[in-house]
Amino acid sequence: MITLEHAYILVGLMFLGFAILTLRDSDHSTRIRSALFWGLIAVSMLFGSYLGGLGNGLLILALVALGGLKKLGVGQPSTTTLEERRGSAIRRRNALFIPALIVPLIAVGGTLAAKHTDVGAWLISSTQTTLIALGLGCILALIAAMVWLRPPVMAPVQEGRRLMDSIGWAALLPQMLASLGAVFLAADVGGVVGELVTRAVPMSSPLLAVAAYCLGMALFTVIMGNAFAAFPVMTAAIGLPFVVGQFGGNPAIVCAIGMLAGFCGTLMTPMAANFNVVPANLLELPDRNSALNGVIRAQLPTALILLGVNMALMYALAFRF
Amino acid sequence: MLVLLGIAVVVAGFVARINPLLVILIAAIVTGVTAAVAPGVDVRALARAGVDTLAAFGDAFNDNRYFHITWLVLPVIGLLERAGLQERARMLIAQVRVATAGRLLLSYLLVRQLTSALGLTSLGGHPQMVRPLVAPMAEGAAEVQAGGDLPDKIRFRIRGMSAATDNIGLFFGEDIFIAIGSIVLMVGFLEQAGIIVEPLQLSVWAIPTAIAAFAIHGARLLLFDREIRRALAARSAEAGQ
Repeated sequence: MITLEHAYILVGLMFLGFAILTLRDSDHSTRIRSALFWGLIAVSMLFGSYLGGLGNGLLILALVALGGLKKLGVGQPSTTTLEERRGSAIRRRNALFIPALIVPLIAVGGTLAAKHTDVGAWLISSTQTTLIALGLGCILALIAAMVWLRPPVMAPVQEGRRLMDSIGWAALLPQMLASLGAVFLAADVGGVVGELVTRAVPMSSPLLAVAAYCLGMALFTVIMGNAFAAFPVMTAAIGLPFVVGQFGGNPAIVCAIGMLAGFCGTLMTPMAANFNVVPANLLELPDRNSALNGVIRAQLPTALILLGVNMALMYALAFRF
Repeated sequence: MLVLLGIAVVVAGFVARINPLLVILIAAIVTGVTAAVAPGVDVRALARAGVDTLAAFGDAFNDNRYFHITWLVLPVIGLLERAGLQERARMLIAQVRVATAGRLLLSYLLVRQLTSALGLTSLGGHPQMVRPLVAPMAEGAAEVQAGGDLPDKIRFRIRGMSAATDNIGLFFGEDIFIAIGSIVLMVGFLEQAGIIVEPLQLSVWAIPTAIAAFAIHGARLLLFDREIRRALAARSAEAGQ
């Protein structure tokens, strides 16, 4: 059976490849530092479970020192020219899309197969099925592309390194925020925040409670970069005791729409790196390093209007159904 | 109260534009140490709390390695880009006469919301869809309108809007699916609070917001076409003088 551990080994080997090729790239502006950065991620993927908590903590200290203090450079491995790409695009026509579509199709197909067929359940582990199936799709697509395009053997690692360099330290941000969430949980930060909010805002009407809950969800999501981290805190602090408990709101409606109010916060924050910073880096936006980069600015009007709509919807629906 | 210093560190680091990796690590240590503060606790105990927090942070870091699996797509996408994937996406969209950047993104928004609502969230995404396909197609459509190269400002606006459309389609589609992470989280949370709800009860109430998201962002995308037209007209007027 393919499990998460197998996927980690594969990811570790990929990062190891990035590290080695970076080390051999004499034109790279931060050759040693970048190679160590990707190399340590490889160590975490391959051996993380054997390092223990403190070992992993020290590994994180090193990663932050390498990638968080000074900018990492972007390697420029040799690749095809624009003319060659245009020529290849004309020659190979729409078949070029096929390997790119293999990845999501296998990811979705594999997930469905693991849930509904015996063969699938035997092949793919039931924890994090979609991610494992996604990894499987990447491998199959890579094999198909290698056989068909016949590039130099190291081309996939070199091209992957080019893209990974453009993502840079942001690759670690979601994982770091999730770990911060675990520390917050252990220290009961949520309970303290809840106490504070209820002391500051008088919950004298359903409208006020709804507004405080939705705004709290959005605001805490902006700080934590993730609505999942904000949800237990704000719902325990305001959603359940006031909107549901005191004013009799329907808990299913309150939670469902409260979570969506949090998603509006996700659209507004650079802390949500995988949604807002990674694409800005991948699309090479000139303002990718600013707090309000092009992706967030494009989302801001939709997010703000939708936050208002969510409050109106919760107020209109939660006390009626 | 003191544990809130961790949040203060996150906010201050954000305002001071310090690298978030560094800020998060410091915030975690500060939270762990301040949580241990109590009358009669000496400095050595606080130092031990700091080390313990680093270890707890390390454990959580190790448990959350699965975020990195999505990077496996990069070698494939890089390889295809090397063979002209982005260029092909542009050529394809140039053949569709009625395509504009806004209309193209509007149809992508619809597809992304509907597929996410069916649980097919991995059909989209920034490394695998937006960079290689959606953004080049939207740029290609605008290039046809412009009759050639785009001004940089419009090009980057289109790219930002492409990424935004992927996010909005995902966020306000996925919660309609009953087996998505956020629904599982809500069911578990409510169960702990003694309230039993079925996943379906939660997911149906994501539908009104999903419709509103489509209406709001869809309208913005159609207005976006006008913005592009106006910017292109302004440029050709300038060139004519």
